[in-house]
Amino acid sequence: MAALETTTVEVDGFPCRVWKKGSGPKLGFLAGLGGLPRWLPFLDQLAERRTVIAPSLPGYPGATGHTVLDSHLDWILAVRQLLDRSGLAGADLLGASVGGAFAAEMAAIFPAEVRRLALIAPFGLFDDQEPAADPWAQRRDNVAGLMCADASKWDALVAPPEGANSADWPIEMTRAAEAAARAFWPLGNTQLEKRLGLIAAPTLILWGERDAVLPASYAGRFAAGINGATKVQLVADAGHLAYLDQPDAVARAVLAHIA
Amino acid sequence: MKLMWFHLMPYTELPDDFAQKHPSVWVDIHSSLFDPHRAHHMYNDFMDELEFAAEMGFDAVCVNEHHSNGYGLMPSPNLIASALARRTTDTALCVMGNSLALYNPPTRVAEEFAMIDCISGGRLIAGFPVGSPMDTCYAYGQNPSMLRERYYEAHDLVKKAWTEKETFAFSGRYNQQRYINIWPRPIQNDPHPPIWIPGGGSIETWRWCAEMDYVYCYLSYYGYKAGLTTMQGFWNEMAKLSKDRNPYRAGFLQFVGVAESRQQALDLYTEPAEYFYGRCLHVDARFATPPGYTTEATQRAGIESMVARAANVANPATKAALKATNMKDIVDGGYVIIGSPDEVAEQVRHVATSLNVGHLMLLLQYGNMSKDTTKYNTRLFAEKVMPKVKDLFGDWEDKWWPKPMARSQRAAVPAFNALAAAE
Repeated sequence: MAALETTTVEVDGFPCRVWKKGSGPKLGFLAGLGGLPRWLPFLDQLAERRTVIAPSLPGYPGATGHTVLDSHLDWILAVRQLLDRSGLAGADLLGASVGGAFAAEMAAIFPAEVRRLALIAPFGLFDDQEPAADPWAQRRDNVAGLMCADASKWDALVAPPEGANSADWPIEMTRAAEAAARAFWPLGNTQLEKRLGLIAAPTLILWGERDAVLPASYAGRFAAGINGATKVQLVADAGHLAYLDQPDAVARAVLAHIA
Repeated sequence: MKLMWFHLMPYTELPDDFAQKHPSVWVDIHSSLFDPHRAHHMYNDFMDELEFAAEMGFDAVCVNEHHSNGYGLMPSPNLIASALARRTTDTALCVMGNSLALYNPPTRVAEEFAMIDCISGGRLIAGFPVGSPMDTCYAYGQNPSMLRERYYEAHDLVKKAWTEKETFAFSGRYNQQRYINIWPRPIQNDPHPPIWIPGGGSIETWRWCAEMDYVYCYLSYYGYKAGLTTMQGFWNEMAKLSKDRNPYRAGFLQFVGVAESRQQALDLYTEPAEYFYGRCLHVDARFATPPGYTTEATQRAGIESMVARAANVANPATKAALKATNMKDIVDGGYVIIGSPDEVAEQVRHVATSLNVGHLMLLLQYGNMSKDTTKYNTRLFAEKVMPKVKDLFGDWEDKWWPKPMARSQRAAVPAFNALAAAE
């Protein structure tokens, strides 16, 4: 397998890191809450069969520029530019959590941009009867358990690496939370429901059975709204960031869907 | 110096086991704890107390804005200020203040403050806080990542609405309005009512206050000892910016309980103080830090220096280091100054001079303090403490104080007489 390659693309004049690894047809990955402060074994599994390209959304680790995005239209255009400049136009696209909401928007608004779509517990909807948890109003020690079924998986994601700058690292983690809040505050509801009917790409919807942020029942609402052929698959022993809890199962399901 | 009388309007009947049984006094405090019939009496007591303070000769009465909050029953301080405008004559009305980013359009703030200024004959001090995370981001749902930009933009809009003579269009990032032309307009129009900024200890806020020539107010509940670092930081920054040390550039909040003796003060004020620090500041930590509320520069300063760490103390939900809820620690920590009139006067002089603060905002009612005790505290302070500290900073000019109409030109407000009014 080719080594991990890091490049930078500009969106609205701000740098966004793009990670690339593997060979074969391209698969884009838009990460969930917390972004990608480090490379993941999950991505290695995808890279065994595909060229995995993971661009950082504005404000997420490796990228800035969220501060100039004021409206949902601003965000959508920024994500579109990010995908294009990362070489992902027309490729298969996987998005999780907040990244999942943007992946769904791309498939809905720019149908030619996305070949096959895979979503892991995407943001974008809110159900009064089953309200999503508030990821931005949590005591510090509750966050890990909210994000993952196995809290240590989240802790490992955000732990400062050896030699990290002691001031920069926590600021970067907070910035990722801010970027997500900027786009999805306060309820995560971007009225994506109105646009789901525009999605024609074959779509796989994965949801951690123990998602503590977005109830797994939201999967049915996505499936009902999306126009293309849609398959819902629950992931056992997985929380909101199912790709951290169950990298093998999630990678297998995604690869099967885009095969 | 100026001695200002501040009311938070706390709900005075939170249960004894409130902090044990309920997660937070703010944001999601349970509605079953609120009895509107009791609140009727609380509001009327509180307004009596504010009017009493004005009568006793305090330079200003102060009110502020909180939402979904068990220790602050003023979602709209403007309602109280407008009632006070009719029941006071010479006292300044300090609205500390309106959280600008919460008003859509912010024109509303320009209008309501202009109304208060007109009704009161030009006695308004216009406070513009960003607002706490609990009030703005949680209770009012504002996006923490946009709050400050919205705040600064709303400030520009309000100021222009007060000063621009012609109807104008405002094309901002967050506010777009074709016709801005407020009626009424403020009496204080040279150039506008004094603007005061209650803030935490961020260097950006200090610089902005200096640049705009506004009063900076540090409204912490933790008293002068904890406030020292922040106020030193403020004055150091003023020195760097070549601003003079005019103490009237600053305001500071301090709790006080005065009685005939220190022991009597302890007897009187222990219960209300412990009620305040034990129940009123019981805020769920999950509402402390919405991401983006704190700027990256301030985060960095918080990680790297003590100044911003002290500043965090102003936010009750991040009071990690300061959690005293018993009277001994409350007094030792300087949160509440207590003692005989002479002892309190000495401490007040010390607070004013050590922090170099010309506008001292006093909390003489706190927690579940009764109206009688509040009036006693207020009267004793006015009669026995005020004369001993009033002379401070006499050499400095307070350029940030309201400039009302001459008294002889102001409307005579008749004493209230319901029967006569009905006829």
